[in-house]
Parts: sequence; structure tokens; C-alpha cells
Amino acid sequence: MAEFRLPPNSRIRKGHHHSVANGSGNVKRFAIYRYDPESGENPRVDTYEVDMSSCGPMVLDALIKIKNEIDPTLTFRRSCREGICGSCAMNIDGGNTLACISAIADVGGDIRIYPLPHLPVVKDLVPDLTNFYAQYASIKPWLQTRTPPPPDRERLQSKEDQELIDEPSACILCACCSTSCPSYWWNSDRYLGPAALLAAYRWLVDSRDEATGERLDYLEDPFRLYRCHTIMNCTQTCPKGLNPARAIAETKKMLAERRH
Amino acid sequence: MSPHISIYRWPITMVLSILHRATGIAMAVGLLVLAAWLLNAAQGPEAYQYFRAAMSGPVGRILLIGWTFAFFLHLGNGVRHLVWDTGRGFEKSHANASAWFVIALAVLLTAAFWAVQL
Repeated sequence: MAEFRLPPNSRIRKGHHHSVANGSGNVKRFAIYRYDPESGENPRVDTYEVDMSSCGPMVLDALIKIKNEIDPTLTFRRSCREGICGSCAMNIDGGNTLACISAIADVGGDIRIYPLPHLPVVKDLVPDLTNFYAQYASIKPWLQTRTPPPPDRERLQSKEDQELIDEPSACILCACCSTSCPSYWWNSDRYLGPAALLAAYRWLVDSRDEATGERLDYLEDPFRLYRCHTIMNCTQTCPKGLNPARAIAETKKMLAERRH
Repeated sequence: MSPHISIYRWPITMVLSILHRATGIAMAVGLLVLAAWLLNAAQGPEAYQYFRAAMSGPVGRILLIGWTFAFFLHLGNGVRHLVWDTGRGFEKSHANASAWFVIALAVLLTAAFWAVQL
């Protein structure tokens, strides 16, 4: 059900301001969501001034600099710093993306940073993705076969068949798409969301997979699949340039064609 | 719970998605007015004149223009959804272009409709 207002304990209060000590004049301001479950207080937005003459170009560089030099309590996930692990997914300047591959220079004015939207918050920019991963597991993201494998080789695929799964298997499960989707905000308990549906599509079109029927049976549900209303936020926000919206449309087509 | 609708920057496709619902609801309400128009017409010239006067005032005009815009926007966006249902038009650039196209078309058709009417 659509609940537009945040629960009372999640509403944001005004936070602290950390000014730069002796900046070069090249100062950028970061407004960052802070929440500490142990404090018993509501979340707040703290602002940090960062001297850009001694900061790397990406938003993640600034976050690390803030944590190292200004406020060690700032909490966020990060790992690969090159857009392949998906850890540093967060809401930057109103859109979901990876902090490590979004350039500070691309955002005019202050940079607002929030955790991925509409999720329980563990701390600061770290959301709880338990439900997201459970939904991914529910589409059975592995090869399912009935026939015995060829005795002398692997299950081979033509180049054309491989190309069908190239794009959907490039998903890094960062959750930017699912948490950008209003349908997912209001119905994440029953709607699988774009990331899980893109993964489901990856196995539906895999020429080696032999469980297409069961996979479609699972998806044919007013909520699991059909809460997608082609709002397109998923495709607009995907930091890897993938297209979950099209994968979902193709899945709907497969279901429609199966009936005839 | 992390903030969502209050902090998210709306892409044009999201704007059109919510407008599609809003215009659908607006037209459902407009059907009542259409029914009132027919009822008044059936009751005779006096009742009809009363209805006519109400709807030709500034408020009535704005409502009617709003409903014609809702109609054209919903129609155009409905066709956009039909194209999507065939699996086409999902490139980010195409989806954004078609969104602006539908809005421009609805504005133009509304203007043309009222230019002919008035």
C-alpha cells in the first residue's frame, strides 16, 4: 500500500554542519543522511564542506575523505571503487547510482546523499537488503535442466544464444533499480522489483535452461511481475546502463504468447 | 526507513506515469459531468440552459479545458503503452523522447480543439 509519509521515527531532523578549516576556496558541500540506531534519535542530514583541491574526482572519494579527515562515524559500504561490486549504491543528487563512478563535477551545487530509498536503514548510508536478496533467490538464479548433460562436453550455446543473456547477466545486484521504483516502494513485500525480474529474464532466455515453464508460472502473478507499470525509473537509473524495463516487457510478452 | 518520494528526482517518464493515472481518474470524474449534461438535456431547455451557463463560466471553462487535455494526454500515453507492450521504445532516449512528444501532442491537440470550439 502506498504510504507517502515516512514513519514518525524516520522523519529527518536538521543536522550538524562541519565547515572546512582552511580551504583553498575550492569547497564543495555534501549534505549526507545520518542515522544511528543506538542513539534513539531520528535521522538527520549533516553537511560537510570538503576542500576539492585535495579530494579525488568521485563522490566515493569525498565520502572516504570525510570519513578519514572530518567524521570517522560516517558509515557506508564500498569495495571495488570501479563500478563492478555494487556496494556503494546510494541516492546521489536525487538518483540512485554508485558513488564510485559518479563524478562530483557532474552535480551542480550541494551534493545530497541518502541511502537507497524506502529500505530499512542499518546505519547512515547502509540499507538492509535482506528482502532484496531473498527476492533474487526466489527466482532460482541457476541453470535448471531435465535432460542429462552431454557425456563428452559442456552444455554448449551458440554465439547468438549467448548474446541474449549478455546484457541481463551484466547486472551487479546493486539494487539501484529496484529501490528507484515507486511500485517497489509501495509493494516490495509482493512485487519482485526490476532487479529480480531482470535476473528471472536472464534465465528465461537462456537456451540451456529447461525450466522456462515453471519460471513463467512463478512470475504469472498480479504482484510479482505485473506491479511493473513501465514507470522506467529502473532503466533511467541503472549505473551499468542495463534495461530491466525492457526485460520485464519481454517477460510479459512471453506470458501473453504462451496463452496462444 | 530511508526517505523515498520526498528525495527522489523525478525523471520525465515517472511524471508521465503518474499523470496517466491522474488523467484517468480525472476523466472518470468528468464522466459524471457528462452524465449531468445528458440529464439536463433530457429535462428540457431550461435545465439545459442552466447547465450551459454553469459550464461557460470561467470555472466551467477551465474544467472543460482540463478534461480535454486529460483526454488527449491519456490517449497519447495509452498508445505509448501499446507500443511498449510490443517490446519497442525502451531505450532511455526513446522513452524520454516519447514522453515529451506525448505531452507536446496533448497541448497542441487541446489548443486545436478549443480553437475550433471558440
